[in-house]
Formats: sequence, C-alpha cells, structure tokens
Amino acid sequence: MSDQNSHPTQLREIQQRMAACIMQPITRDERMRQRRADGTPSLREAEAIIRPNDRLSSFERLEIYNRQYWFRLYTSFQEDFPGLQAVVGTRRFERIMRDYLTECPSTSFTLRNLGSRLPQWLIAHPDHSAPHTRLAIEMAQLEWAHIESFDNPAWPPLTPEQMAAIGEDSVLTLQPHLRLVEAHAAIDDALISLREDEGDSDSASNNASTGFSARRTRRMRTLPGKPVFIAVHRFDDSVYYRRLDPEDFHLLKAIRGGATLSRAIDTAFAASAIPEQDRPAHLQSAFALFATLGWFCNQTAEDPL
Amino acid sequence: MPANRFNGYTDYGVGIGLRVPHYSHILEKKPVVDWFEIISENYMVDGGRPLTVLDSILDQYRVVQHGVSMYFGSTDPLNREHLKRLKNLVRRTNTPWLSDHLCWGSVDGRYTHDLLPMPYTWEAVHNTAQRIRQVQDLLEIPIVVENVSSYAEFHVSEMTEWEFLNEVVEEADCGILLDVNNIYVSSQNHTFDPRAYVDAVPSERVAQIHIAGHSKFEKYILDTHDHPVLDPVWNLYERAIQRCGPTATLLEWDDNIPTFDEVHREALKATQYLQKAAQRLTAEEQKQAVAQ
Repeated sequence: MSDQNSHPTQLREIQQRMAACIMQPITRDERMRQRRADGTPSLREAEAIIRPNDRLSSFERLEIYNRQYWFRLYTSFQEDFPGLQAVVGTRRFERIMRDYLTECPSTSFTLRNLGSRLPQWLIAHPDHSAPHTRLAIEMAQLEWAHIESFDNPAWPPLTPEQMAAIGEDSVLTLQPHLRLVEAHAAIDDALISLREDEGDSDSASNNASTGFSARRTRRMRTLPGKPVFIAVHRFDDSVYYRRLDPEDFHLLKAIRGGATLSRAIDTAFAASAIPEQDRPAHLQSAFALFATLGWFCNQTAEDPL
Repeated sequence: MPANRFNGYTDYGVGIGLRVPHYSHILEKKPVVDWFEIISENYMVDGGRPLTVLDSILDQYRVVQHGVSMYFGSTDPLNREHLKRLKNLVRRTNTPWLSDHLCWGSVDGRYTHDLLPMPYTWEAVHNTAQRIRQVQDLLEIPIVVENVSSYAEFHVSEMTEWEFLNEVVEEADCGILLDVNNIYVSSQNHTFDPRAYVDAVPSERVAQIHIAGHSKFEKYILDTHDHPVLDPVWNLYERAIQRCGPTATLLEWDDNIPTFDEVHREALKATQYLQKAAQRLTAEEQKQAVAQ
C-alpha cells in the first residue's frame, strides 16, 4: 500500500481506492461527499489518483463517476421495485436504496441481481420501512419473485407417465420460474394496478406525477388486511400472479423444501378447514392444475464451462 | 482488409443495436438490416422472453455480441459464472466475434456497472492482455476490445490512450472495436487531437466501428448515446474508414430511443462513407492488377 498522500502506482490499489470513492453515497444535492463514512477525505483520495485538467479539479472529475454510479443504480432499482417505492414513499425509498446498496453492493455482473438481497435486508432493518415494515417486506418479496419468474429456467414438465408414477415417497421438483409469496394484503392486485397506472402516467406533468405518487402511496398503505397466497409463474413468456388456496400454497412450499409427497400433504392440511372426506378431491384438482401449468418438472443438467 | 481474422473474416455492413422498444417493430415488419448487435448481458439468462425474442431474431438476422461487464482491465480473477453464461450465449448466437470494453469496473468482487478508465501503465497492459487471452482461450472466438470514453486521467499513466490500446491488442493478439464517438468525447475531455488517435491505431486489427451521439456540458462532454451522430464524429468516422477500409459499423442509441426507422436512417448515413471506401479499394486493386 502506498503512502495515502502519494500517487498509488499499483493497479489493484488504484482500483480499490477509486471504487471506494465512486461507490460512496452522494449528498442530497447529488455531489460527492467531502468525507467517506470511514473519515477518509475524498479530496485527498481524488488528488492522489486523478490528474486535474484546465477545467475540472481531480475531485470534480472523480465526482462524475460517483454521480453516474448512483444514477445508474437508482434507475435500475426504481424499475425493479416500484411497489416498494409506493409503499414507503420516494424519500424513504431513496434512503433504503442508498443504505441497502452501501451495505450490499452488487456482486454480480448483471444489474438484474441488484435487489436479490433486498427482502432479507428489509427484514434485518425494520426501521427503514416503519411503520409499514410488513407491507414493505412482502412487496419487495413479490417484486423480487417477479424478476426471478421473468427469466428463471423452464425445465421440461413431467410427462403423463411420470405423473402417473408419482407415489407417497416421491420427491417432486418445481419449475424454477415458479415462486411462492405469502402476504397479509392483496399486494398482487395492488402491484398490477400500479404498473398499469405507471404506464398511463408516463406523459403526466410533474405536478400531476407528484399528486399521483402521493395517491398511490396512500392507496397502498390502506390495503385491507386479507391473507393471500400467490404463485408467481411464467406462461408463454409472460409473468402471472395466481392466487392459491392456503392448502395448495403450503403443499407447494413443502415440495420446494424437499419434502416427500406424503409429508407435503400432511403439511398442507395441518391447519386446514377442509373436511377430511373432501381432501382427496381437493388434491386431485390441485394436481391437475399444477400438471396443466407444467409446474412439476425434470431438472436439466447445467452445461459445464 | 475489412474482413480479417478479428471479425471472423466476415464482411458486415451497417448494423444497429437491438433494443427492447424496437422488438415488436422488428418481429412484425421484418425490416432489412445488415446485422444486429446485442448486449450480451441482456440475454445471459436461463429462460423467458429475452431468449424467445433472441431466437426469433436469430432466425432472420445476423447477430454480433457486445458485452459491458467483462472488465478486461480488472485485477480480480475472471468470473466463472459470467464466462459460463457467455459461452452458452456464444453457442446460441454463433457470433463471429465478441466485443467488450478496454476498461475495469469491479474490484474485490464488487461491481460498479460502469466502464471505468484504465491507468495507462505497463502493469495494466500486461494484466489486461493476459485476461483477454484467457477469455479468448475459454470462449474460442475472436475477442475485440473497444476504447471507452472517459472523464478522468491518472497521475501514474505512462503513455497515451492509443499507445495503451496498441500495446494491449498487440500483447493479447486481439482485435479492436474502434468507437470514434468515444475517441471524440475523450479528446475533448482530455485535450488531444482525435485524428492522431485514429491515425495511430493498427488498422489491420480493426474488426468493427461504433458511432453514437453525445451530450455537451459546460466543462466536459458525456457519452450519452441519446442523440444523432454529430459532425465531428462523422469526420472521424470518415478518417477511420479511409484507413481501415469498409468496416462493419454499428450505431449505438441507448437513451431517449426514437422509432426504429429513425435509428435505422441515422445508421445508414454511414453507407456513403463505406461505399466511397469500397470504390477506393476497387480502384487500388485495379491499379495493382494493371501494374502486375
């Protein structure tokens, strides 16, 4: 490591020090901070690494990259989590994004995975979304499920012969694009209507947009409490939200967890109000639906590099 | 000259970048386009609509892959998951060459998702060339590196940007994707003669050329890809084509994307330069034949 005040010469050190500057949060007026969170002065770092020119100081040149970094991530985050933004409001959403990405910077070559750790992070940081924490977490889970469902693999569904051979001890595989989300309110309907509204609001003026944004936040926060069990899945390249009975939801969840079929059925009906004698018919119709949608499948081997 | 080992001995004309807002127009109207450039990362997925659309495009058009996150200049080990997905996509598209940027963007496993400039040092030359060679060996396809636009220069740089580019491609034995808009943007931000850059590039290694629009700010120029190509960039393009011959050319338009027809019209402005270069080449060949 070179002296902090001299110019670093090793490529790795240059990249580490420059990345630390670029990835630090910008100020509210979108400038590079004078000091990083660990107290390192940004000016000293910029002058150590970057040459000034006749128009811009070292600080200003590095600041261009610092701003670009946050603008790019913010745009991507906003596109992926409009529902969460509606739940917590724009100011809070910006704070969540800043703190989440500072703690969990991207470790993937693709921006697609930027929000992969967001639901867990919101659980670990309830203050960031209080007093709407539960709604915020569930919405983030639904929006991340949507991203996964959009382009996760679709494996070959079980053939009728394979379906007929399923027994009590069978361990079934679910389509990777099928994601299961449980919520305490109808967030699926709310998200669908939000996305429709957003399409309509593209041409709205700034004032109209501000009013729209406040209205949608109010609407989200006042969703009536009603447990919903959602299967997010892909069919013909489109993502759908399908409401499930709680029994079917718990059945699929247990199967995804690796349970044998008999154990999954026990789990599904553990707290069920469906009378014992009606359960075989219920299961038969659920399995027929899952088979039609191709949710039970054969895993495909990955290509080696 | 334009068909060379770095572009798989192909002779592509003017292409445009395949972008989501144009999907339905292309699939429904089937416009005549020489070739499409895709951003590899948008299709390095396991399923869904991106791959369905890509397969439909591949049925009717020639496609070349262009990446934005290989980060040849990074000091991290190569990302195996990235390479595996890229190799799968290469098998799918049969791209004759594969391009990515001469830059870095990740360190210690953290990604900035930006194309960050390199310090032009010998250490960086060797590191970058070695990584390009590794990727070339793994993917078994010609690799072509693109010069990026930049807003900062490093104290430790030991050479000019074009000297750095030349050293890297020579040591890695790879091709060049010459982005003349990026050269222009950087020349204005760092005060150098963009023509000196174009003239210094080894023309026999140029596999492809990028053109694009940019935005001027008070103290610097930003590479925004949201405008038509500006005159100084066309002038540089003309010079590049004079030196390299009629080379596969692609217009990049990534923001404020207008209709497909508008983008295509802008791209086709390159044709006049390519035709002139082709005529010159034919005249030279005839002269040589007469002399023999």
